[in-house]
Amino acid sequence: MKMTTPVDNGVNVEALLGARKALTDAPEAAQFKWRATCSWVNGTHSRSSVSSFYGLGSEQAHKTEFKYDADHPAIFASEDKGATPVEYVLVGLASCLTAGIAAVAQNRKIQLRSVKATLEAGMDLAGILGIDSEVRNGFNGIKVTFEIDADATRDEINALVAQSQRRSAVFDIVTNPTNVTVEVK
Amino acid sequence: MTRGARGAGATDVIVIGAGHSGLAMSAFLSAHSVDHVVLERGEVANSWRHERWDSLRLLTPNWQSRLPDYCYEGADPDGFMTMPEVIGFITRYAGFIGAPVRTGTTVRSVRQEAAGFRVATDRREWCCRAVVMANGAHGIAHVPALASALPGSVRSLTAKEYRRPGQLDEGGVLVVGASATGVQLAEELRACGREVTLAVGEHIRMPRVYRGRDVQWWLNAAGILDQRFDEVDDLVRARRIPSPQLAGSCGRSSLDLNALTDRGVNIVGRLVGIGDGRAQFSGTLRNECTMADLKQARMLDAFDALARRSGFAAPLDEPMRFAPTRVPEMPRLVLDFERERIRTVIWATGFRPDFSWLQAPVFDPKGRLRHHGGIVAPGLYVLGLNFMRRRKSSFIHGAEDDVRELGAHLLGSVRDPRAVVHLKANAAVFRPGV
Repeated sequence: MKMTTPVDNGVNVEALLGARKALTDAPEAAQFKWRATCSWVNGTHSRSSVSSFYGLGSEQAHKTEFKYDADHPAIFASEDKGATPVEYVLVGLASCLTAGIAAVAQNRKIQLRSVKATLEAGMDLAGILGIDSEVRNGFNGIKVTFEIDADATRDEINALVAQSQRRSAVFDIVTNPTNVTVEVK
Repeated sequence: MTRGARGAGATDVIVIGAGHSGLAMSAFLSAHSVDHVVLERGEVANSWRHERWDSLRLLTPNWQSRLPDYCYEGADPDGFMTMPEVIGFITRYAGFIGAPVRTGTTVRSVRQEAAGFRVATDRREWCCRAVVMANGAHGIAHVPALASALPGSVRSLTAKEYRRPGQLDEGGVLVVGASATGVQLAEELRACGREVTLAVGEHIRMPRVYRGRDVQWWLNAAGILDQRFDEVDDLVRARRIPSPQLAGSCGRSSLDLNALTDRGVNIVGRLVGIGDGRAQFSGTLRNECTMADLKQARMLDAFDALARRSGFAAPLDEPMRFAPTRVPEMPRLVLDFERERIRTVIWATGFRPDFSWLQAPVFDPKGRLRHHGGIVAPGLYVLGLNFMRRRKSSFIHGAEDDVRELGAHLLGSVRDPRAVVHLKANAAVFRPGV
């Protein structure tokens, strides 16, 4: 591997490493809270938005408010005004792993040219429809396939993908249990 | 030796623990005519006698078992010592160096005084100028908090409590942790016909033999065992790396997850929850296995590169690569203790050193001892921890270099009274930041 220009995946690794150092010394600043709001529109259609979050010891905000429509397709007798909620889970996993690949590649001085992830998750509707109590509601598995073009060997690319899983928040959320508290105000 | 206040014994240095590390330090101190006493709660090599399972053998071959001016001299340099052999090896060393060991003496507290330290034991107190904590890295068998949710029908054992398969109730066994301990216990229990499930998180896959040489020979030749604590990128991580999947008890065969799958052990992901009589495992198993395979391949690449550069005198077998770890298509995520007749959980989830008797402000917020390559403060030292000064620090053969360097530092603080620093005022100075 011979590089004529410095590796640039658009990731500021120095800033990330600096944050790691700073947050090691100030663990309270590492405590973040992520938020979303969601309003029912009609039928299975809802609209969610994210704008604020908490971190580094104070309130933070995105540059702009992001909005997401969720619905179900016509075969579910819905109007298909947005992706299904389970598809948003795939979007979250894919984008988290992809961001991780870029960051790890930058840190390992590997130039990426293209990264494409294709995700497929199996689900048995006998679960959510209450047909079979042995079948879970959620996915019975998720398959993520990456196609990566980079200045690296096959094993180096495999190691990138493996490390991005180890450091991914969404991968952890999907693979490990999380306590969920739902209340009505 | 002089008498201290209130009938306390006085000596220059107290060494806590008469295992290989404490004895190696004793030999160093004797060679430099430093008055010292080795305090031992039980007998010489006590934890090897009383806190190991019956079939355990050292993970390092006999040729590697050496202490200062002392080494293995038997007929099987490529073999692995049984526990009685280790006990004999260390006990003979204690006699060989004439170590001043006080057996049956348990340390109750160590605290700093104006001129040094006061060490309280269940027998008498000692005043000294310096303390060497050589009580080992395996004082406490770590058990994760979720163990408290185990159903009452399931017996919980740590790797320190496990001795032999017959000690367990009838029924299946869940072994938690797939480092050296976990894979060995899973293999032994499966060989006795038990249904064994092994929960696997991050692990280090390593062949016992590569190209005809023991992996320890390669690690030694590649200089990996000699890597120093002040030359690795991420020392905190390096110290937390789990012990490799090796055994000395399986002849010279490897004991990786494929070997265990071949024998009928069920491989599942990391244990992440217990509730309603069921254990829940992480969906990360495939990635953990991929990472271990990739790391092993990089290690073998480095060995092959070393062989090309070095031209070793004795011939090596041809380079080869091992099959990737076979992961079930859909690894199990849930296990019902009652339904699957799992009656025992064995926690092979690591060890922590026990410094509960050390009354000094030398611990980080997570309760871990702060030290810089074994130097806690001038006059206060620790030995034998994972990657303490070198990657080999926790091995028997790792004691020699560490003892020589820490001993030299110790001589400075014992012989120069100005070197004694009060911990309370200066605790921050000794952060192990490197």
